[in-house]
Amino acid sequence: MDLTLWTYEGPPHVGAMRIAASMEGVHFVLHAPQGDTYADLLFTMIERRDRRPPVTYTTFQARDLSGDTAELVKRHVREAVDRFQPDALLVGESCTAELIQDQPGALAAGMGLELPVVSLELPAYSKKENWGAAETLYQLVRGLLQHLRPGSTDHDPCAWRRQERRPRVNLIGPSLLGFRCRDDVLEIRRLLEAHGIEVNAVVPLAARVTDVERLPLADANVCLVPEVAEPCCTWLERHFGQPFTRTVPIGIGATTDFLKELHSLLGLEAPDPREAQRQSRLPWYAASVDSTYLTGKRVFIFGDGSHALAAARIAQQELGFTVVGLGTYSREMARPVRAAARELGLEALITDDYLSVEAAMADAAPELVLGTQMERHSAKRLGIPCAVISTPMHVQDVPARYAPQMGWEGANVIFDSWVHPLMMGLEEHLIGMFRHDFEFVDDQPSHLGHLGSADTAKPSGSDFDAAGSEPDPAANLNVELQWTRDGEAELKKIPFFVRGKVKRNTECFARQQGKYQIDSETLYDAKAHFNT
Amino acid sequence: MLTNLLKESGPREVFCGLTSIVWLHRRMPDAFFLVVGSRTCAHLIQSAAGVMIFAEPRFGTAILSERDLAGLADAQEELDRVARDLLQRRPEIRTLFLVGSCPSEVIKLDLARAAERLNASLSGRVRVVNYSGSGIETTFTQGEDGALAALVPTLPARDEPQLLLVGTLAHAVEDRLITLFQRMGIATVRSFPPRLSTDCPPVGRGTRMLLCQPYLSDTSRELQARGAELIRAPYPLGAEGSRLWMEAAARAWGIDEPIIRATLDPLSARARQALEPHRQRLQGKRIFLLPDSQLELPLARFLHRECGMALVEVGTPYLHRDLMEEELKLLPADTRVVEGQHVEQQLDRVRQAHPDLVVCGMGLANPLEAEGIATKWSIELVFSPIHGIDQAGDLAELFSRPLVRHGALAFA
Repeated sequence: MDLTLWTYEGPPHVGAMRIAASMEGVHFVLHAPQGDTYADLLFTMIERRDRRPPVTYTTFQARDLSGDTAELVKRHVREAVDRFQPDALLVGESCTAELIQDQPGALAAGMGLELPVVSLELPAYSKKENWGAAETLYQLVRGLLQHLRPGSTDHDPCAWRRQERRPRVNLIGPSLLGFRCRDDVLEIRRLLEAHGIEVNAVVPLAARVTDVERLPLADANVCLVPEVAEPCCTWLERHFGQPFTRTVPIGIGATTDFLKELHSLLGLEAPDPREAQRQSRLPWYAASVDSTYLTGKRVFIFGDGSHALAAARIAQQELGFTVVGLGTYSREMARPVRAAARELGLEALITDDYLSVEAAMADAAPELVLGTQMERHSAKRLGIPCAVISTPMHVQDVPARYAPQMGWEGANVIFDSWVHPLMMGLEEHLIGMFRHDFEFVDDQPSHLGHLGSADTAKPSGSDFDAAGSEPDPAANLNVELQWTRDGEAELKKIPFFVRGKVKRNTECFARQQGKYQIDSETLYDAKAHFNT
Repeated sequence: MLTNLLKESGPREVFCGLTSIVWLHRRMPDAFFLVVGSRTCAHLIQSAAGVMIFAEPRFGTAILSERDLAGLADAQEELDRVARDLLQRRPEIRTLFLVGSCPSEVIKLDLARAAERLNASLSGRVRVVNYSGSGIETTFTQGEDGALAALVPTLPARDEPQLLLVGTLAHAVEDRLITLFQRMGIATVRSFPPRLSTDCPPVGRGTRMLLCQPYLSDTSRELQARGAELIRAPYPLGAEGSRLWMEAAARAWGIDEPIIRATLDPLSARARQALEPHRQRLQGKRIFLLPDSQLELPLARFLHRECGMALVEVGTPYLHRDLMEEELKLLPADTRVVEGQHVEQQLDRVRQAHPDLVVCGMGLANPLEAEGIATKWSIELVFSPIHGIDQAGDLAELFSRPLVRHGALAFA
């Protein structure tokens, strides 16, 4: 039993719903009690979709449990097939139905329906949403294609040359409730077209059963969203011999690597390495003088596996930030995230407890947080600017404008959305230069709202304790520290956007030194201490 | 009495009782609601509540894992551990609600026993009570009924005369209603649930109670078992319903008619004025209420009688005839009231009737909007301060706004 106040991922059947709802002509019968119908609003409100997800819930009640719930399942399956006439049917169960062991998949399979029926096993007490999405996509693809003769021995990803056609690939993994998937698909399509590569099928987003059936016609697969696509891509490789790309094209370096990898899989000549400079503004914007202020800005990164990994690379290599924290809630991706963290000299934070993420964030005292909506909230409380880089989704993450994360335009979007929460370069310099002028109002409102001011930059005592931060046993935490008038005056001279951090560092230093009073000298001592 | 009363059964699209936590935790900030359930439960309250707006919500989920399902003795120990961890982290909590869910009900995890044990070991520092908000037993607002019913045994016994307002109200609305009752001469007016879980009102033979919400059948029964007397009235939605509701209490107190009129007449007049612009927009428009919060019947009564709307269909998740008696009397005799739901068939009827406005749950609203039908989220009616004569105009505005908006947009 784990105590959760907020969760990064839903249950696995929500992952299955994401696949069904992403596709056309696929219906999902979910054996579940009425409360589980809340999941519809994830699609109709968060994604702002104009139609209900194609899901029929059996909505069994307590009084049904004493009767024949199996008959209830069959009735709903029959009604759903009659009403929606799907091309394929998914049948699964939610956490409560799993306990009553009706095996709805087997029941549906025994009904003699004249359409493909895919039975899903979604262990709700050990797995989560992304796993459910990946498993459903894999089962659906396998269910529709496994009868085809495997061609693994003779699949040639370069056959396009012999057949005098353009090479073609499948884009696998983009789905509803995936971070910016809608725009990423457009961007990657555009990118591939510019390189003369055709997109054969996109699955599952907007795919029909016929698109799934066309998957084997591609020369190679692009594993666009590994959290959702990897088991499917692996099976396609095993069954049909289709190789797939491992690089997720988020950021300049990753997009370049992705193109290189795909070109090599397809036997194409390597693309021009200068393409990034020509196609994206990020490299020049990052090199321009205004970006000097970005140097060494400390960033804390937390999100799903792919986005966290991509963010770490972009932050460090493409924007010149210093990564001071890296983690993910995707346990499936723990290994690569750990490796990336190690390379940055960090220990990765692998957890789905947002309170420990908040504690780690507070501890790292970053100047920018790249996280999920939950980190946005934690960062707001700590007075730190934040940009959202990953699911779980919020209605804000489905913008009206075109805002991909992948490819060249994705890099532009990322530059803007990460850099804007920070104070811009020239602005930061000017505030530093003019802060002694009388026009400079100390607590003037900033983009951080009231949280940028001195009093709130420090997390309040109770909030901080609630965050479960580990007290340092050596520190005399219970002693009230006092700032002298002189110390406070000196502290006020520090720009408000770093004042909270300086204050905290100084207090920490004072405690280590066994000091109870902080004057300007202590502040400078601390400054020297932390600069070394 | 109604002649057109139908029952429907099939797939439903209604929140479960866990969702009530979303307003209960705000009413009683010294309480914590610990759902004992699955990841789905955690995801539900997070999604339904837009929980991300709360830094540290006063509710959480103890998520059952495979290990807990293996042996129940183990699950009881685990629950103790989780509760203790929680109370350590949140020392300000005074009441802990253990909330049963579908999985905990199905595996028959005995939360009453857990509550008893925790109560004994916490020796009065924190009070632990339990109720079920499971979707196999409760819908949406029934969760509040369960939570309040669970609190009733903890209420002190006292026979002094008092008016007890039962059901969660917005603070401002509650203050206003109490002022008005006192103005008429009812000296002691208390609320249940209280604003702090530790500040529970007494109950006894002198207690006469008004239900502020129509979904409190268990709570009302429990309170009656403790000696309280239920004052029958329509519910305090709209100027008329609220007035009848207040008058019922005033009469129970034997207050003179002139005093009642002197107090309420000016309010009614003002409400008529506030309602007028909305009435003009809503009059003759056709409304379809899908089952959700149990407020559907009182709302339909208000929309028909005070706003002149035509009622296409009034859905309700379940019909408690006894508690709805006064409301049913005020509806036109041929009102189509449908208890239960077959969501697909009901949506077919919505499409066929093409009403001007549909009141529905959050999952259905955008798809209907996309079909060109204006909607109103029913959950908004549970969250908004809509009770009382003074709120009648605001209540009507909630329904006229979607129509105004539809009229305001033009893309040609």
